[in-house]
Formats: sequence, C-alpha cells, structure tokens
Amino acid sequence: MTKAAKYLSLILASLIVLVPLVVVFFAAFKTHAEYNATGPLTPPRNWLNVDNFVTAWTEGRMLLGFWNTTVILVISLTGTIVVGTLAAYAVSRFDFPFKRLVLGSFLVAALVPGVTTQVATYQIVKSMGLVNTPGSAIVLFLGTDIISIYIFIQFMQSIPPSLDQAAMMDGASRFTVYRRIILPLMKPAIATVAIIKGIAIYNEFYIPFLYLRSPDLSVISTALFRFKGPYGAQWETIAACTMIVILPTIVAFLLLQRFIYNGITAGATK
Amino acid sequence: MRRPAAVTTPPVTPRRSRRWTPWLYLLPALALLITFTYVPVGNMVFYSFHTWDGLDVTMEPAGVDNYVRVLTDERYWRVFLISGYYFVASFAQIAIALYFAVILSFNTRFRNLFKGILFFPYLLNGVAVGFVFLYLFQPDGTLDTVLRWVGLGEHTRYWLGDPDIANISLAGTSVWRFTGLSFVLFLGAIQSIPGEIYEAAEIDGANRWHQVRHIIVPGIRRIISLSFILAISGSLSVFEIPFIMTGGANGTRTFVVQAYETAFQFRQIGLASAMAVVLLLVVLLITWVQRRIVPDEEVTLS
Repeated sequence: MTKAAKYLSLILASLIVLVPLVVVFFAAFKTHAEYNATGPLTPPRNWLNVDNFVTAWTEGRMLLGFWNTTVILVISLTGTIVVGTLAAYAVSRFDFPFKRLVLGSFLVAALVPGVTTQVATYQIVKSMGLVNTPGSAIVLFLGTDIISIYIFIQFMQSIPPSLDQAAMMDGASRFTVYRRIILPLMKPAIATVAIIKGIAIYNEFYIPFLYLRSPDLSVISTALFRFKGPYGAQWETIAACTMIVILPTIVAFLLLQRFIYNGITAGATK
Repeated sequence: MRRPAAVTTPPVTPRRSRRWTPWLYLLPALALLITFTYVPVGNMVFYSFHTWDGLDVTMEPAGVDNYVRVLTDERYWRVFLISGYYFVASFAQIAIALYFAVILSFNTRFRNLFKGILFFPYLLNGVAVGFVFLYLFQPDGTLDTVLRWVGLGEHTRYWLGDPDIANISLAGTSVWRFTGLSFVLFLGAIQSIPGEIYEAAEIDGANRWHQVRHIIVPGIRRIISLSFILAISGSLSVFEIPFIMTGGANGTRTFVVQAYETAFQFRQIGLASAMAVVLLLVVLLITWVQRRIVPDEEVTLS
C-alpha cells in the first residue's frame, strides 16, 4: 500500500465524518433568509449570529432538558455503582450455593436486547406507578445494567484477597472491608463504568421517549426530538438545537479521550 | 456447628450470619435483574398467547394466533426483511473499520487525530445523528450539492422519500454512526498483539500484507466474530435511526418500529409480545450458534 493512498483514504474518511456535522454547524449561524438563499456548504456570513441558539435554548427548553438529564444521570450512575460493586463483592469474595446459577442468570440477561422486552417492561413500570416520573428512567437504567456488574467482577478478581483477610484479622467486618478496602481500590473500574454508562444515558432515546411523556420531564434526546415538530421548516434553528446537544459530547470526548477508548473496549468485549 | 461463646475464637470466625451474607450483597442487583429482565420476558411470553389492549383487567386467550399472524401476515414478517439492508451495511462497516484499524496500527502521522475523528460519531446522541442526516439528505441539501460539485448531479434524488433508496440511506447513516465502535475495538485488539511477533516476522522476510494476513487477522479473530454477532442482532433490532428520521414511512419500518407501533399506538400487546418473542428467540439462537463456532475462551468468571 503506498503512503499516498493511505493518507488519501484517511482524509476522505475524515471528510465523510466531518462534513455532515460542519454543514449543520454552518446552518446554525445563518439567518432564515440567508439559510434559504445560500447552499449548505457556504459558511455563514456572521459567525456571531447566535439568534438561533437563543431560540433553540429557550423555545426548546434545553435548560430543563439538561437539568432532567443530569438528575437522572447522577442518580442512575450512583445507583449502578453501589448495586454493581455490592453484587461483584458477593460474587468474587464469597462462596455460596447457586453461585454459578446466579452468574449465569446475569450473563443470559445480557443477551436479551432491551428494546424487545419494553412491551412487557412497560406494564411492570406502570404497575409501580412510575410512568411519567423520573423514577421510571432511573430504575430502568439501574435494572438493565449487567455489563457494569461484569466489569466490576472482573476488576475485583484482580484485587488480592489477602488484603481482605489481613483486614478481617484486624477485626474489620465484611462491610468495612467492602467500604474501606475494596471500594477505594475499585476507582479505575468505577471510572470506566461511569464513563460508558454516562454516555449511554446521555444518548438514550427510547426509554425517556416511552416513559417520560410529559414535556416537563424532557431529557436532552426527547427535547431535541420534540423540537422538530413546531420548527420543522426552520432548519437553522433545528441545527442550533442539534449543536447544543452535540457540544457536551465534544467537550467530554476531548477531556476524557483515553478513558473513553478504554471504557468502550472493556464494555463491548465482555 | 456453633461454638460455645466461652471458647476463644480464631481471628477469622465464621459468623452465624455467614450463610446469608452474600445474598444481602446480591439482593439489590438480583431484585432489579428479576424485576426488569426476567419477569418482563416471562410476562411477554404469557401476553403473546393472549389478546390484550394493555388496560383491560382480563385478557382473552388467543392460542398461537398471534404467532401465526406474525409469521404469515405480510405486514409483520416483511419488516424482518428490512433488517437485510442493515445487515449488508454492517459488513461494509466491519470492512471499513478493519481497514482503518490496520493502517492506523502502523506508524501514521496524526494517528490520534484520525483515530478520534473516525471514532467520534459513535459517541453522538442518536437524535442528533438523525437530524444531522435528515439535513444531509434533504432535497438540494448537502449530499445533492456535493454530488453536483463532483459532476454527479444527475444522480440526485429523494434520498429518504423514494422507497427504493430510503433504506439504503438509513443503513448508510447507521454505518456512519457505528463504524467508529468496530474500529476502536479492532484497533485495541491489534495493539494487544505483542510487538515481537511483527519483528520476528520481518526478520523472516514477511511484508505488510503477510503480517496482516497471518498475524493480525488470526490475532483478532475473536473480536471480528463478536462484531458479526453484534451486527446480526443489531440489524434485527434497529430502531432509533428509522424512527427518528422517517418514522417508518416510505417502506423503512423495521421490526422494532413495527413492534413499538403495534404495542403503544394500536395497543395490541399480545401481538407485539409475539413479535418480541420471535425476535428474542432469533437473537438467542444466533448468539448460541456463534458461541458454538467460536468458543469464548476468555470468559473466566467464578
């Protein structure tokens, strides 16, 4: 393979990735008249025209969307970490009957695609009275999380059990061992889970769309989705709204690149 | 056996509570797992043999009628075929990802920049991706403009409005969105191959192509096979892209979009459950076949 072909293919692929995003970025700064008069590849005349962003932010109630997303994200993440590390502690540090069965049930559940069971899950969430409350999204993000438990188990197995035993000889209870020894050593795994799960929750569309129907409960995805109805003909405003949703992802990616790569690899291959 | 309290105990004593202690730690996870995965699957199987609108207190037993309908009524089984577009697209996705993973695993300038660009779409919000591509595919939109620029102006068409091409446009969007994931997985696997193997191969006179064929491809076989499984189950359960971009119009309704409409718009819970059970069985079957073909030697639990 010649060098030129290699770089040419890389540049072509980069263009295919970037051009669709850049044109939306352009459109977000155009006035309505300008949008209609110019082609999509023409940069905006005035880069300081933030009118569309203002409209999108206020009319799309993006602040509310970010707030709801953040609340759901923080509670679900904390819950996932607590529930997951506790379960992993039981599995990697205790011997008990039916352990293989329990592990197997977690593994099989990982194979069930979440979208397929929503028909029946909806009835359960409804019977709990959680539909149209943030609680529905939170319990579902907690309850459908098997990969995190898996990552925790694998990481915990690399922590030498002699540490636990030494602490227990000093009189520490099982819970103290978990709280004071295991949990602090689990930081890298917790970071991995927080990142992949955080991205997944931020991007999740189906669960909030199905369970958080009230406009007051809009998260980022559903706020953007609902925005299209009334503004269907004003692409420059939709473009601005789309950019508002993408921006935090860009920032997170630039700051956390290495963790994200590692987390994605760990999460998908388990 | 319990010891009398007076006897001095060794440092690590089996406590009375020991037998059920692990279950205490497992309880929250197990409760969630059972409530939100196993109970729904069980209920779903039950619903699938009934006619129910989701509200009535009683449901009508329907025997296997729902399954017969899913498998014989064209409206229901046809949507399975739409997965074919996404399945073929996922081959393209794996090929593209593999190509870039291989060339970026060798010395390349701006390696991290290219890696970041190729991977980035995978992180984006699905609704945002849907809108970006709705904009791209608009009549006289970005795609049409670019085609005219490069002299292919006569090939412009209604990318999402024409039923002959709409699914291809959507499958293309899916490739754009998910190639980065396969790419990063392949790249990670290639980089975990020890460097000495390449050096040894070079001493033996192997060129780049030989290295790719005899070192890289065998070295990442497991992750390639995993990608195929993800591709199959992924293409059967496509939802977000068609639902957001076309709402299932112009012949783009996928199986999950159809199941969603059946359940939540037409309130035919029994029928939708039968669809979901069929899909679940297909996915489990495929996964089982894959596990048989490529044994998962790296799973080291318990």
